[in-house]
Amino acid sequence: MAFLTLEQVNKFYGELAAVRDVDLSVAKGEFVSLLGPSGCGKTTTLQMIAGLVEPTSGRITLDGRDITHEKPNRRGLGIVFQSYALFPHMTVAQNVAFGLEMRKVQRAERDTRVADMLALVHLAGMADRYPRQLSGGQRQRVAIARALVIEPPVLLLDEPLSNLDAKLREEMQFELRRIQRSVGTTTIMVTHDQAEALSISDRVVVMEAGCMTQVDAPYRLYEKPATPFISSFVGRMNRLEGIWWPNGPIGTVEVAGAMLPSEAADLPAGAAVTASIRPEKLLLHKAGEGRLNGNVASRFFLGGHWLFNVETPAGVIVVSMPNHGEEPAREGERVGIDWAPASLRIEASAGGTVS
Amino acid sequence: MSRSPAAPWLLVSPGAVLFLGLVLVPLVLTVILSFLTYNYDTGIGDSYTLAHYGRVLSDSYYLEIFWRTLRLAFLTTLLCALIGAPEAYILSRMRSPWRSIFLLVIIGPLLVSVVVRAFGWSMLLGSTGLVNAALGVLALGPVRLLYTETAIVIALVHVMLPFMVIPVWTALQKLDPMVETAAWSLGASRFAALRRVVMPQVSIGLLSGSLIVFGLSASAFAIPGLLGGRRLKMAATLVYDEYMQELNWPMGAAIAIIVLLANLVIMLAYNRAVEARARRALG
Repeated sequence: MAFLTLEQVNKFYGELAAVRDVDLSVAKGEFVSLLGPSGCGKTTTLQMIAGLVEPTSGRITLDGRDITHEKPNRRGLGIVFQSYALFPHMTVAQNVAFGLEMRKVQRAERDTRVADMLALVHLAGMADRYPRQLSGGQRQRVAIARALVIEPPVLLLDEPLSNLDAKLREEMQFELRRIQRSVGTTTIMVTHDQAEALSISDRVVVMEAGCMTQVDAPYRLYEKPATPFISSFVGRMNRLEGIWWPNGPIGTVEVAGAMLPSEAADLPAGAAVTASIRPEKLLLHKAGEGRLNGNVASRFFLGGHWLFNVETPAGVIVVSMPNHGEEPAREGERVGIDWAPASLRIEASAGGTVS
Repeated sequence: MSRSPAAPWLLVSPGAVLFLGLVLVPLVLTVILSFLTYNYDTGIGDSYTLAHYGRVLSDSYYLEIFWRTLRLAFLTTLLCALIGAPEAYILSRMRSPWRSIFLLVIIGPLLVSVVVRAFGWSMLLGSTGLVNAALGVLALGPVRLLYTETAIVIALVHVMLPFMVIPVWTALQKLDPMVETAAWSLGASRFAALRRVVMPQVSIGLLSGSLIVFGLSASAFAIPGLLGGRRLKMAATLVYDEYMQELNWPMGAAIAIIVLLANLVIMLAYNRAVEARARRALG
């Protein structure tokens, strides 16, 4: 059952539509990410849920209650801000206790709840420190503890990891998920980092220019992106323009004279199509042993895997290969690229049929 | 590269000479002057005495003026804080063109000579001035405003307000605007967020602003001189009168030194409290 719903929510700044026709329903305990480039309206959407921005039209309900026009301090939602917005003149414990104080929770209960929450975020020994004495990751944990201690129905995270360095960000992603699992709070996170969204969310909402373009589980979003924008924004994607020919149970795409086996599609022969395939679905073989030959223009070693830019008659193709512990093809070497036909996805091009 | 050991001394010498010549020497001379004897017939003598200090501290006439000075300076500081802090907060929430326009309006008084401003107020507050005319229309009768403590405080607050607004505003600038939003999200009312989250963080600005306002008000000369009249003296006008009317320079010097010391003691004590608080809360 939907716990938090947004119905036809719009936000206009004058003529400019920041958010258009957003419909979203979030189940209790779910972790949903709003993913998109900056300026796509994801933060505005979050702020409308938080009550910091008034929607121009539409309705927001929480557990059956209409909260569209409720003041932020009456909604009782937990918010973790991008800058953390900790109270610099209060200790960690005072920061976390603030929300409980405002709710007039008794002193003794307040102390236990603060202590429990600090233990949950692994900050038990830091209760008497001031925010300025903490590292970025620790501040982040304080912000999460402060938002969660009031036991909010929904936790809102605004780019929570963007101020952390890469290593810490990865750590905190899993930490965030662990904390969310253990308290079971419905969580909505805004992020522009696709890896972050994919790794910890139950569902990802992709936003483009104020509109939601796809709402899906991370795996499906990655495998079956609804728009070309999503396919390039979420992970890497090779995209080739060509002409589609049926070929028995599979298909063939003709790209610059090269015939590439692809998935089957319900299209007329000779249709202009865009073929797309993820770099990690491609395999590198010796020249002549693959389906398409090319030259390695450049290669990059990324630790866990290698990335190749291969020049082929069909254009430059990016290939990603796991690091097996032996050195693969060098720059300038001639290689053959292979793939399973079903993984070369076909969409009709916007241009129509090529005669 | 070798460096002459005299270089640092040479580098600070212009500042040091300026400070010595313009602050320290006159101050020392004033201190010496305040201990010299004075006779109305023969003028300043060359023997030393504590009589001036004794008279100032025992005569109720002088004590009343000191008390008035401290009282009015305190009142001015309090009013400036009460008006200036909200003003600075509103200013910090304004959008781009309005903020600079209103900041200019606030700093405006500083661009006009203090004498001109004081005359402006005396025209407004005089017995036939605009304020009394308005009160007359409302049948609240003419009220005596000019040459009262009220007039002095009104004019002082007007002059001193920028010195309160600017430090508070600077403190607000350093504040993450999201901090207040965070307080709301945790269930704090607007007032609670201001009191518990915004105020403690701007208190440094507020306290340093009041230090400036108190110091300047306690030693104000032109405004009490022009709006307080001949009878309602404050410390600075008293010193002026001792020097220029009575020609009793040692007496004037003694009063000036007492005002300086009183001001210094109050401000240092205050600053101590401020710093202790600041170090505890903001590091």
